Amino acid sequence: MGQWPILSLTTFVPIVGAGFIFLLARGTPETVARNARYMALWTSLITFGLSLFIWFEFDRANPGFQFTEYAEWFPAWNINYRMGVDGISMMFVLLCTVLTPICVLASWESIRDRVKEYMISFLILETMMIGMFCALDFVVFYIFFEGVLIPMFVIIGVWGSGSRRIYAAFKFFLFTLLGSVLMLLALIAMYLQTRDTNIAILLATHFDRDMQIWLWLALFASFAVKIPMWPVHTWLPDAHVEAPTAGSVILAGVLLKMGGYGFLRFSIPILPEATAYFTPLVYTLSVVAIIYTSLVALAQEDMKKLIAYSSIAHMGFVTIGMFTLTTQGIHGSIFQMLSHGVVSAALFLAVGVVYDRLHSREIARYGGLWNNMPRYGIVFMIFMLGSVGLPGTSGFVGEFLSLVGAFQVNTWVAFLAATGLVLGAAYMLYLYRRVIFGRLTKDDLKGFHDLSLREMAVFAPLIALVFWMGIYPNSFIEVMDASVAQLIENYEAAIQSAADEAAGAAAVALR
Amino acid sequence: MEVAAVFLPLAGYLIVALFGRTIGDKGSMAITSIAVCLAMVLSIVVLFDTIGTEPETIVLFSWITSGTFDVAWALRIDTLAAVMLAVVNTISAMVHVYSVGYMHHDKFKPKFFAYLSLFTFFMLMLVTGDNLVQLFFGWEGVGLASYLLIGFWHERPSASAAAIKAFVVNRIGDFGFALGIFAVFVLFGSVQYETIFANVATLADAQFNFLGVEVHALTITCLLLFMGAMGKSAQLGLHTWLPDAMEGPTPVSALIHAATMVTAGVFMVARLSPLFEFAPVALGFVCIIGAATAFVAATIGLTQFDIKRVIAYSTMSQLGYMFFAAGVSAYNAAIFHLMTHAFFKALLFLGAGSVIHAMSDEQDMRKMGGTWRLIPYTYALMWIGSLALAGIGIPGVFGFAGFYSKDLILESAFGAHTVVGDIAFWLGIAAAIMTAFYSWRLLFLTFHGQPRADDRVMAHVHESPWIMLVPLMVLAAGAIAAGILGYSAFGGEGMHAFWGDSLAEAAFEATEHAHHVPFWVKVLPLVMGLGGIALAYLFYVQMPQLPARTVAAAGPLNRLFFNKWYFDEIYDAIFVRPAFLIGRGLWKGGDGAIIDGLGPDGLAATTRVAARRIAGLQSGYVYHYAFVMMIGVVVFVSWYLYAISG
Repeated sequence: MGQWPILSLTTFVPIVGAGFIFLLARGTPETVARNARYMALWTSLITFGLSLFIWFEFDRANPGFQFTEYAEWFPAWNINYRMGVDGISMMFVLLCTVLTPICVLASWESIRDRVKEYMISFLILETMMIGMFCALDFVVFYIFFEGVLIPMFVIIGVWGSGSRRIYAAFKFFLFTLLGSVLMLLALIAMYLQTRDTNIAILLATHFDRDMQIWLWLALFASFAVKIPMWPVHTWLPDAHVEAPTAGSVILAGVLLKMGGYGFLRFSIPILPEATAYFTPLVYTLSVVAIIYTSLVALAQEDMKKLIAYSSIAHMGFVTIGMFTLTTQGIHGSIFQMLSHGVVSAALFLAVGVVYDRLHSREIARYGGLWNNMPRYGIVFMIFMLGSVGLPGTSGFVGEFLSLVGAFQVNTWVAFLAATGLVLGAAYMLYLYRRVIFGRLTKDDLKGFHDLSLREMAVFAPLIALVFWMGIYPNSFIEVMDASVAQLIENYEAAIQSAADEAAGAAAVALR
Repeated sequence: MEVAAVFLPLAGYLIVALFGRTIGDKGSMAITSIAVCLAMVLSIVVLFDTIGTEPETIVLFSWITSGTFDVAWALRIDTLAAVMLAVVNTISAMVHVYSVGYMHHDKFKPKFFAYLSLFTFFMLMLVTGDNLVQLFFGWEGVGLASYLLIGFWHERPSASAAAIKAFVVNRIGDFGFALGIFAVFVLFGSVQYETIFANVATLADAQFNFLGVEVHALTITCLLLFMGAMGKSAQLGLHTWLPDAMEGPTPVSALIHAATMVTAGVFMVARLSPLFEFAPVALGFVCIIGAATAFVAATIGLTQFDIKRVIAYSTMSQLGYMFFAAGVSAYNAAIFHLMTHAFFKALLFLGAGSVIHAMSDEQDMRKMGGTWRLIPYTYALMWIGSLALAGIGIPGVFGFAGFYSKDLILESAFGAHTVVGDIAFWLGIAAAIMTAFYSWRLLFLTFHGQPRADDRVMAHVHESPWIMLVPLMVLAAGAIAAGILGYSAFGGEGMHAFWGDSLAEAAFEATEHAHHVPFWVKVLPLVMGLGGIALAYLFYVQMPQLPARTVAAAGPLNRLFFNKWYFDEIYDAIFVRPAFLIGRGLWKGGDGAIIDGLGPDGLAATTRVAARRIAGLQSGYVYHYAFVMMIGVVVFVSWYLYAISG
């Protein structure tokens, strides 16, 4: 088992499946569509099965990279194909492999045009996402990181729903690519010093302080857009609104986490002094994001926009948590990313359910759905509560631990961020009330049937995850624990040595 | 056994939630009711087993382990928890049985019973937790159940509005509660009660930087925690949700919004009494808030016409009593009153439900009257509840439940001999006369005088079925006997043996002081109660024209009381409407005009112009963006080179 390149398998099985679909799905349009659907489903399920090996075989006590793979690529330049996961990245791989089959299933009936191309795009997207979380070479990482953009761009642009989908797709592309270009520059600058793009070597390299600050800013531009942080968040609501349901699921479920993962993998461990220097900036932007976007969410009239804004607020907790550099803060922030990956994905799916029936996202068009869709009401309720962070659901653990971390470092940050607890409840309950509660008076809603078996199958695993993560979160925390402990230890050592050096320099100057 | 007492209601909930359709209405009602009744029996056994023994903690399994932040799912059984367990399960069982009759006509019975059982489970987790986070779990969980049950008749817009209001206002309290938990963790390195209580003395003088200000650590911690209690227990400032919560079905009002959930705040202060003892300023604050609530709520209760709202304000007022008892360290008196109040207030609510049921869902007392011959049992039961609430009794011989517990509270406040204690005492005395007045106003308006309902309604007035009356009688038995039976254990000679270590030592001292107050202090509450009844008799039976004249004479004051001191209007103007306005402004102005206007859209527009001028490119978007990016890269690279060379 240990000899298998399990990470590469997990990464590239989807793209192989995409190749099969491309070559084999032939015949009448209906046959093509049906074959493409089943092949995509099977491919994604096989990938999920493979990723389960990673989950079970993963050594939870080992803080370093596991399942490492190495293949020469450009040995002359020290750019090589390296893969591996640690406690921080492993669960994101699982998140990708869980969400993709769900997305395929969710698109079963709602996508009718160019099904073959759609499924191919999704499988390529899955390869890119998994590869990004597994990459241990900065160039490989960069390729996957950018590679994600293309299928996503296509999915929004081609299968998007609204008239503004081209605008949204370009806005998405512009924001994220602009960030990425800066990351590329940072990559080149680092390479000039290390002459190696192995992430392990980058982690061991000390860059001097001024350099760190520039590098940090360049990386920040990229990751802050992805997460997204205020004020570079405005692409997200537009992208979500225009994207097809499954596109939103991946966008909220995985793509936003690329930013958070980037901070944890690069900014914090490689650039500790700059991280310490910029922490107040991150706190400020995060707190502004939480309050600002929560208030904006309150005023939304479009369901998807509302959930998109709530995502930004939730990501505010993530950035606060990880930059506290406390055990609870980082645990909370990773947990919050995973939880949000499940909860917001499920919320977009829930919106998709009624969108498929009415083809409107406008909240005012709905109301009283409890009367003819009670099962839907319960499912929506569960995820709404997850989003609100009710104890016992996954949302609570991440939010609470992030805030525990924040309170230890800065009470103002914890105080202001905690207002998100109140505002979050307000906008989600208000949404729920307008959609589910009330009298069923609108004629076009009366014919709605409750969740079908397929739709239940889509939600069931997510419901199970929400409660599992809420009631026994330790099975996830223990995975990340060792790696996080090492991250904090290294960070503190780096800060300490920088302080010692500064003190030494001051002593020399005095002499 | 303890585990079964806590988890039986959850089992009932899960069975009905998952298989409600299969087992049908009757099956659902039977399963949940039987489960809770069993839990009641078990928890009474647990209570008697626990008295006089060491606290016992049953760890179920770990919950969150993040570095030193370590929390488990656990049941901590000591006297305080066991008392709460028994109270919650007893009232819940009675409410379940009563609801079988009350919800007879409802379409969604399985849902209703499932929610009731779910609530019971959360409440039990709340009282048995061995750490603050599990307390918080139960705390938010009961909030959820309350939200679901207030909004049970979701087709009424007022019901779903009230449900949201309850949840959000409670969340404001929980905001403080959560910060309080963080503060405890930072100070003690743990959120477990054991560790907190063991180390609290060493931190008695600790300072702590909160929001940039150096403050006494335990004071600010307790104030933050108390903020949660204010939300949950509807104390002045965060009380506005409770009257609106009466939109829920009446059994819900009895169980959640009178007997159990709203007392969670009192339980919390008692549970954390060893911590609060080291924060005298916070205790003073608790005392003042409690006393002010007791007074203000009573004034509002005088003027309301909705039968349920009168009782709701009465609940709020009684909760105020419990808090000021806690504020003078008489935690045992607070819990004693919590227990007796659970019986008589549940009785009053369910009795009111019986009246509403009889009056074809009429709640306005102005449309009632003249019914006592028609519903004699309900009438008698309401009398018992009111006598218990007003604290009527014959000193030294017998008294209804409230006679013992409320007097103990007032005596403790007086016996504290502090300024806040005195304020609380006098406000409490003022509230006592009002309590008796509005209770008998309710009785007279509802049952006496000429019938004011139309003939059709009056013809239909009927006594409730036995399935509703029997639970009422059980509660009435509690309202009659809980005081006299419990007095010795809760606040008399037996209190040391009864409570053990589950409350702070100071409670016993405060109670000792209470026992040595002057004679006039002991009889004053009774005099006030009797006086209130006499006044109500004068106003509503002897001279029915008096109320109208008084209202006219006390115009502005009456308007203030009737409009609930305008809290809702003020909050709406300061918080609710601005939040929506600001949200809209940030969205259209911030995101739309400024960020996008200066960012992508502006760039796009500028580039379009520039591009046309410079190169005459095609007007496809992609070229514009590519062009911008090129320029961006060039600018950045040159800036970057400049920076590293300089």
